[in-house]
Amino acid sequence: MSALFITLFLPLFGSLLLLFFNRRNTELIEKTTLGISLLTFIASLFLFLSFDPANPGFQFLYEATWIESMDAGFRIGIDGMSLLLIMLTTFLTPIVILSSKNAITKSRKEFYVMILLLQFGMTGVFLSLDLFLFYIFWELILIPMYFIIGIWGGKNKIYAAIKFFIYTVVGSLLMLVALVWLGHYCGTELLHNQQGFTSNYLIIRDLAASIPLEYQKWMFLAFALSFCIKVPLFPFHTWLPDAHTEAPTPGSVILAGVLLKMGTYGLIRFNLELFPQASMEYASLISWLAVTGIIYGALVAMVQTDVKRLVAYSSVSHLGFVVLGIFSMTAEGIQGAIIQMVSHGLSTGMLFLCVGMIYERRHTRDIDQFGGLAKVMPLFTVFFGIAMLASVGLPGLNGFVGEFLTLLGAFNSPFLNSHAYTIVAATGVIFAAVYLLWMFQRVMFGANENPANHNLSDVTKRETWMLVPIVVFIVWIGIYPNTFLKVSENSTRALVNKLHVIKFGTPKFTLPVYKDDQLLQDDLIKPTEPIETVR
Amino acid sequence: MHELIKFVPAFPLLGFLVLSFFGRNIKKEAIIGTIGSAAVGASFIISFLIFLSFAANPPDSPHIVSLFTWISAGDFSINISYQADQLSILFSMIITGVGFLIHVYSIGYMHGDRSFYRFFAYLNLFIFMMLNLVLASNFLLTFLGWEGVGLCSYLLIGFWYDKKFPGVRITWTGDAGNKAFIVNRIGDFGFLIGMFLIFTTFNSLEYTDIAGIAAANTSAFENTTIITIITLLLFLGCTGKSAQIPLAVWLPDAMAGPTPVSALIHAATMVTAGIFLIARNASLFALSSTTMSVIAVIGASTAIIAATIAIVQNDIKKVLAYSTVSQLGFMFVALGVGAFTAGIFHVMTHAFFKGLLFLGAGSVIHGMHEEQDIKNMGGLKKYMPVTYKTFLVAMLAISGIPLFSGFFSKDEILWYAFSNGSFLLWIVLAVAAFFTAFYMFRLLKLTFHGEERFNTKRIHPHESPKTMTVPLIVLAVLSAFGGFLGIPYVLGFGLFEHTNLMELWLEPIFMDANIILNHTAGHDIHLSEYVMMLISVAIALLAIKAANSMYSDNLEKSKKIIRKFKSGYSLLWNRYFLDEFYFKTIVDPILSLSRSFLWQFFDMKIIDGIVNGSAQLTGSLAKYLRRIQSGVAQNYAVIMVAGIILIISWMVF
Repeated sequence: MSALFITLFLPLFGSLLLLFFNRRNTELIEKTTLGISLLTFIASLFLFLSFDPANPGFQFLYEATWIESMDAGFRIGIDGMSLLLIMLTTFLTPIVILSSKNAITKSRKEFYVMILLLQFGMTGVFLSLDLFLFYIFWELILIPMYFIIGIWGGKNKIYAAIKFFIYTVVGSLLMLVALVWLGHYCGTELLHNQQGFTSNYLIIRDLAASIPLEYQKWMFLAFALSFCIKVPLFPFHTWLPDAHTEAPTPGSVILAGVLLKMGTYGLIRFNLELFPQASMEYASLISWLAVTGIIYGALVAMVQTDVKRLVAYSSVSHLGFVVLGIFSMTAEGIQGAIIQMVSHGLSTGMLFLCVGMIYERRHTRDIDQFGGLAKVMPLFTVFFGIAMLASVGLPGLNGFVGEFLTLLGAFNSPFLNSHAYTIVAATGVIFAAVYLLWMFQRVMFGANENPANHNLSDVTKRETWMLVPIVVFIVWIGIYPNTFLKVSENSTRALVNKLHVIKFGTPKFTLPVYKDDQLLQDDLIKPTEPIETVR
Repeated sequence: MHELIKFVPAFPLLGFLVLSFFGRNIKKEAIIGTIGSAAVGASFIISFLIFLSFAANPPDSPHIVSLFTWISAGDFSINISYQADQLSILFSMIITGVGFLIHVYSIGYMHGDRSFYRFFAYLNLFIFMMLNLVLASNFLLTFLGWEGVGLCSYLLIGFWYDKKFPGVRITWTGDAGNKAFIVNRIGDFGFLIGMFLIFTTFNSLEYTDIAGIAAANTSAFENTTIITIITLLLFLGCTGKSAQIPLAVWLPDAMAGPTPVSALIHAATMVTAGIFLIARNASLFALSSTTMSVIAVIGASTAIIAATIAIVQNDIKKVLAYSTVSQLGFMFVALGVGAFTAGIFHVMTHAFFKGLLFLGAGSVIHGMHEEQDIKNMGGLKKYMPVTYKTFLVAMLAISGIPLFSGFFSKDEILWYAFSNGSFLLWIVLAVAAFFTAFYMFRLLKLTFHGEERFNTKRIHPHESPKTMTVPLIVLAVLSAFGGFLGIPYVLGFGLFEHTNLMELWLEPIFMDANIILNHTAGHDIHLSEYVMMLISVAIALLAIKAANSMYSDNLEKSKKIIRKFKSGYSLLWNRYFLDEFYFKTIVDPILSLSRSFLWQFFDMKIIDGIVNGSAQLTGSLAKYLRRIQSGVAQNYAVIMVAGIILIISWMVF
């Protein structure tokens, strides 16, 4: 319980603390920020160690009353999926902070405030069990991200920042409408409680299957639009290349590493859990968009001339696998999607770090400007190469596990009922090799002919410290993914059971029953009963 | 003893880790070379020990040694587990045995290279991956090895990354590496989908499970669409890795890598992975006669096409590369007609003589100061006696001269192509065999005999050091005598029950497949087999004679012929324009579609057009509406009155 609180609030506390620092004392600010983020990571490690993977329900539940008239509360708790994503966040943040040292040259104090605030928001998104709390965290993230792109970004930063903001806000507004409607419907029609409204995620989740399909469909679409823009799913992806290209390195890393996962997280947490029937209805539509995105992202990445834009488009392709896995609605597919979220955060995060490193040295990202860097930066070549191969999906590295499981899930899905999704999506695996290897060839190999590249320095000690931990996890997930897969296995099985019961009448897996979770939910539902008798 | 199998891949892995972490700090090449070679040598010793224990007590079923669960989710669970049986141990011995020799050779060949340790680290990683490929007990671990060897191939082809390499749209060696990896990925796509289908059909990816189910339900599976699709998809993977048509285009360009790499990866081991995969799943492939025919036809076409291209190549390594493609075609024909043992036997003898040919070529290149064009060689015999003699042995072996290893293995393939396949198949292979002997002796003549066509002032050819010549000699011995492991039954003239040790050894592996194919274990002696054998020997001798006379006066006669058959020569010289065809019909259209339609039109005009357009619409609408907020009180009053009138009239009517 307390570990969860520390993980959530320590970054907020840190960002407030930084406000009292003298802005000229950058050294102290940097060290404090790094210290705070490392402490947060340690707290999340405690969380990881005390988490019970056998329990399919939410753990470390905590509830406090907040807005009584809407039955909105400060309700938090995590299951396997949220734990992994929180770990990803707490793991990447210190690395991002280290990477800011050269990437951020002005208003550094404000930048670190923004980064910690961002971490607070991201963690909040992943542990909220209340619709309104979730929405607030969701929107909170926009503010620091908007400034990170808009203030510390590149040449075209204002356009990118506004595009990012408008795109996401359009999506979230529809989500807000759906969210209010959902709370109202559940409160009045299903629960008949005093407020005529509920914002309690756990209650709504248990009622969800009884919401009529026609309503589910509308709400599904509203939520899905918001999440799909965030992912981003084709054709809502055009904000991403601009945002990535213009954002400073740390911003890109956070954006690719964690922010995009909020979309895929939402698709599982809200769309599948709350609107199961509608999800089955729309599974093939969303899956086809995902498959299109896989191919489309890869093809467009192939013809990019800017390294960063290339990596950005590769994200569109990689996240297509995640969405495909989710809407296969099989345990393999969803587990694959979850591990792919983590994997993509690591490998694409690392790719952005590497691109940032050559940008800091050369102040250009134009592929034609490079060539033969391997000669002057041998160690860097190794790191960049590992990140590139992880992205290509080489077995033995992390990317393969997620891609394989999502493709397998979609192949055998009783909800998609067609092998076509996997067959088309798997061609993306070929294209991934094309655009990444080709880029790597043009940047790193060949002769070092451009005089501007003759004296580039290899990775520094600080940069090595940023990359080594990522490499460790890239290999770890590649060879022994079960450390992570088993964390979310049972919560995924519970979700798949729910879908199977609705579609086939029987659950697919047997799961251990946990009393605590049950009790707490019963307690929450209890107050509704007397009210019914009053009526 | 078979428990030790898990240590077979462990040593090269250890070697890779030690070399990649500490290699940079080890200044002595000898130490690096020793670590790298010892790691592979240790694996060979263990494989050999397991082989001995198997020879003493042949196991009826494979021994499976499981290490840990690799990936598990939902119903899917797969282990890192190794399978010890006759097939995997045989491959493991070939890989580590030939691999060890090539490691030793590399100590001499790579002497003085600025990335000496990196080279050995990659080689060790390759051996590790290759061992995973052949020792795996399930498809997914094989796939790990499969892609892993592809990675090492990529890394080693582009090892000298700042060196140029000529080719169709290839500038640097790295481009050739890319091509290899990407073309292989197309094949891997087939492997991947095949794997999914297997999991759906058999609910397992373990080889023993699948073979068991397939053998137990032969009638239910035989010639069903699903089995045909599965095996064809797997075969697509094989055409990638083993460089068969339509994916053969990468192997010749893979010659951009250092020569030991070409010997180890692109001749002796990795490229035979496709043959291994089919042999490993022989009972599955035997269930689909369609697939078997496709394999035979593809193999035969590749064999003849590559052999014709090899005739006109002037780069010593390119000749050998096309020869490899062609020989792999022979092996696929063997598999396709159900002569699995013959195919595997040829894998082994080919590993010996083709490994030797490449190492010999490396020795020549080394002695000639990086010259690779045979037009600029000649007369090297006297400068490099050891290289010459060993090279000659390999040539006799590949040409099929009796008693040399290639004679036994190739002849068996030719015989089965005829007896199990068709006369046409035999003809094609016989013609390919003629070309084989021809281009080989052309190579021999132009390299070692005749005038010295190089600048003797600038280039002083010399014999290679001991580390290089000793492996040559060992391989020469194997190339000469390795064939006796598989003497055809007919050459025992009915006097011995087991002349073919290879067949005896692999019998349990292919038992199910042979039952499905109705191949009886017993032997009959056909007169036709002797006749066929004589014909193929005659063909080889004829080809050698033709090559000898054509290249006896250096290049004069051949130049005349080239002038005479200009278009035919150009077709062969340009490799039937296959690369150009792929670029024009596949690569270029995809690139231009992606660039000008998807990116610059759809992304930037359509989607962003809608996004920015709606923003502009809002903006211009606001500009218009803004006029209402003029700040003039009279205007507000007028609008207010108008509003009131509107509301009242709406309420009234």
